[in-house]
Amino acid sequence: MTTQTLSLAPWLVATPLLGAALLLLVGRRSDRWGHWIGVLASTATFVIGLVILLAMLALPAEERTADHVVTTWLDAGGLSVDLGFRVDPLSMTFVMLVTFVGTLIHVYSVAYMSHDRDRRRFFAYLNLFVAAMLLLVLADNYLLLFVGWEGVGLASYLLIGFWDHRLPNAVAGKKAFLMNRVGDMGLIVAMMLMVATFGTLSFAGVHEAASGASQGTTTAIGLMLLLAACGKSAQLPLQAWLGDAMAGPTPVSALIHAATMVTAGVYLLVRSGPILEVAPDAQLVIAIVGTLTLLFGAIVGCAKDDIKKALAASTMSQIGYMMLAAGLGPVGYAFAIFHLVTHGFFKAGLFLGAGSVMHAMDDDVDMRRFGGLARLLPVTAITMGLGWLAILGVPPFSGFYSKDKIIETAFVGEGWQPWVFGFAALLGAGITAYYMSRLVFMTFAGRRRWSGESGGDLPERHPHESPALMTWPMIILAVGSVGLGFFLNAGDRLVHWLEPVTGHTEGSGHHEPVLAVPVIMTLTLVLVVVGAALAFWQYATRPVSTEPPAAPALVRAARVDLHQDDVNETFVMLPGQYLTRSMVFADRTAVDAGWLGLAGGIGRLGTWLRGMQSGYARQYAAITLGGLGVIVLVVWLVSGTAS
Amino acid sequence: MTVSGGETVLFWVIAPLMVIAASGLLVVRRAVHAAVCVVFVMISLAVLYVAQEAPFLGAVQVVVYTGAVMMLFLFVLMLVGVDSADSLTETIRGQRWIGLLLGLGLAVVLCGVVASATFRQPVGLAEANAVTNPVALARVLMEHYVVAMEVVGILLVTAALAGLVLTHRRRLGAKPSQKALAEAKVAELPTGRTLTPLPAPGVYAQHNAMDAPALDPEGRPIEKSVSRVLRIRGQERSATELLTAEETLVRRELERPDDPVPSVGPASGTDGDGGGAR
Amino acid sequence: MELTNYLYLAVILFALGATTVLLRRNAIVVFMGIELMLNATNLALVTFARMHGDITGQVLAFFVMVVAAAEVVVGLAIIVTIFRARRSASVDDANLLKS
Repeated sequence: MTTQTLSLAPWLVATPLLGAALLLLVGRRSDRWGHWIGVLASTATFVIGLVILLAMLALPAEERTADHVVTTWLDAGGLSVDLGFRVDPLSMTFVMLVTFVGTLIHVYSVAYMSHDRDRRRFFAYLNLFVAAMLLLVLADNYLLLFVGWEGVGLASYLLIGFWDHRLPNAVAGKKAFLMNRVGDMGLIVAMMLMVATFGTLSFAGVHEAASGASQGTTTAIGLMLLLAACGKSAQLPLQAWLGDAMAGPTPVSALIHAATMVTAGVYLLVRSGPILEVAPDAQLVIAIVGTLTLLFGAIVGCAKDDIKKALAASTMSQIGYMMLAAGLGPVGYAFAIFHLVTHGFFKAGLFLGAGSVMHAMDDDVDMRRFGGLARLLPVTAITMGLGWLAILGVPPFSGFYSKDKIIETAFVGEGWQPWVFGFAALLGAGITAYYMSRLVFMTFAGRRRWSGESGGDLPERHPHESPALMTWPMIILAVGSVGLGFFLNAGDRLVHWLEPVTGHTEGSGHHEPVLAVPVIMTLTLVLVVVGAALAFWQYATRPVSTEPPAAPALVRAARVDLHQDDVNETFVMLPGQYLTRSMVFADRTAVDAGWLGLAGGIGRLGTWLRGMQSGYARQYAAITLGGLGVIVLVVWLVSGTAS
Repeated sequence: MTVSGGETVLFWVIAPLMVIAASGLLVVRRAVHAAVCVVFVMISLAVLYVAQEAPFLGAVQVVVYTGAVMMLFLFVLMLVGVDSADSLTETIRGQRWIGLLLGLGLAVVLCGVVASATFRQPVGLAEANAVTNPVALARVLMEHYVVAMEVVGILLVTAALAGLVLTHRRRLGAKPSQKALAEAKVAELPTGRTLTPLPAPGVYAQHNAMDAPALDPEGRPIEKSVSRVLRIRGQERSATELLTAEETLVRRELERPDDPVPSVGPASGTDGDGGGAR
Repeated sequence: MELTNYLYLAVILFALGATTVLLRRNAIVVFMGIELMLNATNLALVTFARMHGDITGQVLAFFVMVVAAAEVVVGLAIIVTIFRARRSASVDDANLLKS
């Protein structure tokens, strides 16, 4: 890659950052045209990324990785951190995903947010997010990655609480921010361990030194990185914030909380592959976390009536798949990224579709008051339908290629692991089919559970198709949902493309799964069809009540996210509060009292000594004379003993 | 060297006197007496200096301390009030005992130091004073302590200036004109102020009678005619007392048959003033 | 007679001067006590000069006298100023500088 092309890399970050700065600094004066600045910045970033991508494609595989160091950022003793950008297939994959989907969502938002007074601020935050996300994926060391990591956290916080005049939204933003902090601690500790063990934070340096490090150290680093990834990607046990994050505007949910930011954890783990390879225990934990989360999210998704929260649970579940793949070692990295890319497209499409439905239904999100919308919102229905088929994994839609690869990989291995992971992934696919079908059928099929006229029991709605600015991004994403998987899978295109980063995975003829591939594929398809059919029977052919019906305990639990908030409050918040209170008590009674007592003692001593300050010169003279006498006496005695 | 017999005698005569005089500083009530005690100590010191082969310092001691410093003290005493006498009762609790104890303790400790120190055989200054004491002093002073001497000179000048500045009294108002003063005097007439000078004391010149008040035209004694200092000290004499003495004198003369009797002029006026005067 | 007798005399005069400073309240008398202490020191210096056969001791005493003279000027001026302001020459009356 030529230096000239490489030097464009910093502009990938700088362009949206400048856009955000411009919008925030110019302020209300740019309200009328500010959103176009945002779209322009995002588009320009995409073009820059495209130029670099084309230049990279022209190179042979082994020359595609390059570091572009702008300057030395920190130089502290033995530790030196560069302000450097790593341009390689992995980061470029993310750049393309973020800028392409991001630009589409920018365009969508122009229409979606057109009635909002603060549309300009919204675009400023979106641009800020794009800049931070690109910094995250382009950084060539963990510290710079952390800057981006925190930047996307900030953007996420600002955008979840965008309508912060509503208390629940502000609380949701705070919740996301705090839970992300826990994960960030993991990344910070991981970086400390790296500095202590390897003395460097650059990817190149750490990855080179990792193979020589003790397994205990790499396992610790791997687990800390996993904690970071759990926080950012809403994996167990730090999953609770994602559902509440849906309080933000729907484009935000599509871009940040579905397509890009929440996948940063997967990126971190794939990027840290060389460390995880020498930490098999950490890998196992990653796989277990991914498996649990994919089932957790799927179960929660089945019971949610809020269309956005159902999609959020689905996101959690799908990222669980990616984590599972990332935990399976080098064979899984490429598939994790593959699924990440396809998921980015179809989930963004689904979210935008949900936004379009909300747009039509006066911002209602309760699917129990939707129904029969297919004819009124044809474009939305078709694009969401395509996204639905993609996430179900129906061939030849994109989800089929990526998800099936992960399920197949889960069946690879020895001992109990392939059976547990494999069947969990398989089961997850079935449940996914059920709840996604439920979502689609409840929204677009069945009888109308709303009314076109005022009065009556049913809410009054006047659904209408969204404007072109909103539908076109949805259409483009739908096209991606349909064809991207096939395109990237053809000849293992993405797998080979990522090989410089993930290592050689021996094509698709790698280790054989414990079950034959056609068997797995057939099982998956059968489960998907069963799940979809069940949902069709339940929600398309039978009437759906507008109120949640009585249900067994599992469903009731799933409606409240399997009691995740209760668990957090019981096991983290309450002990934390007790700890805080006891610390305050100890601080007051022991520490403060000690120091205050000391201060009081000194004060009383001073008051007593003040009595000597009588103002009488003769008393002072007496003290002086006494001192003189003592000095003479001491000198006399000392010199007497000395001589 | 050895100490001559004459010096020994001198020391044993003068030293106890000096200690007594110095102790006087502790016990006398009047500051003037204390000053006299100090003057005695200082002159004695001058004598001791001369005896100790330091005639120049002896002269300086007399000139500077006795002649200048102590006279300055006396001037200030007069300025402050020559009659101001301390009461010797202690006002700070325990200060007397603490002071005595500390003074005694210091004397004991220092005497102990002197007693325990080993001094070599005294050399004497005969050799050093060969060129006469002032010349020898001047040589050391001008050879080794020139800068110090100049600095001390500057110090003296500064001290003189400081004395001027400290005792300087700033004029707060405009300088009163003679006319204003006269008007003020007249304005004060109703409060008992007189325009004329106060009458001179001593009408009955039995002796140097500054302490006897003058009498006004009605025969009443005028208090203000006696000096304020005498009045404060209680050394004035009342007119009644004088008149009584006078009348006794006259009566004694009258009883003597061969003497003519002078008429008692002011007697008629003094009848009523027994209570009025005092 | 030993020359140390002069030193004992100096010590006694010094202690008397110090006691005067502690016991008397009239500022002028206190000041005289200080002068007495300075003179006692001078006596010791002159005696030391004689003991060591070194006339520098006398030079030092000379300097003490000069500095004492300067000190007397300033000290008495201060006393006069205080007396003028407060109509009192007692060192105990100037006790405002206390807690």
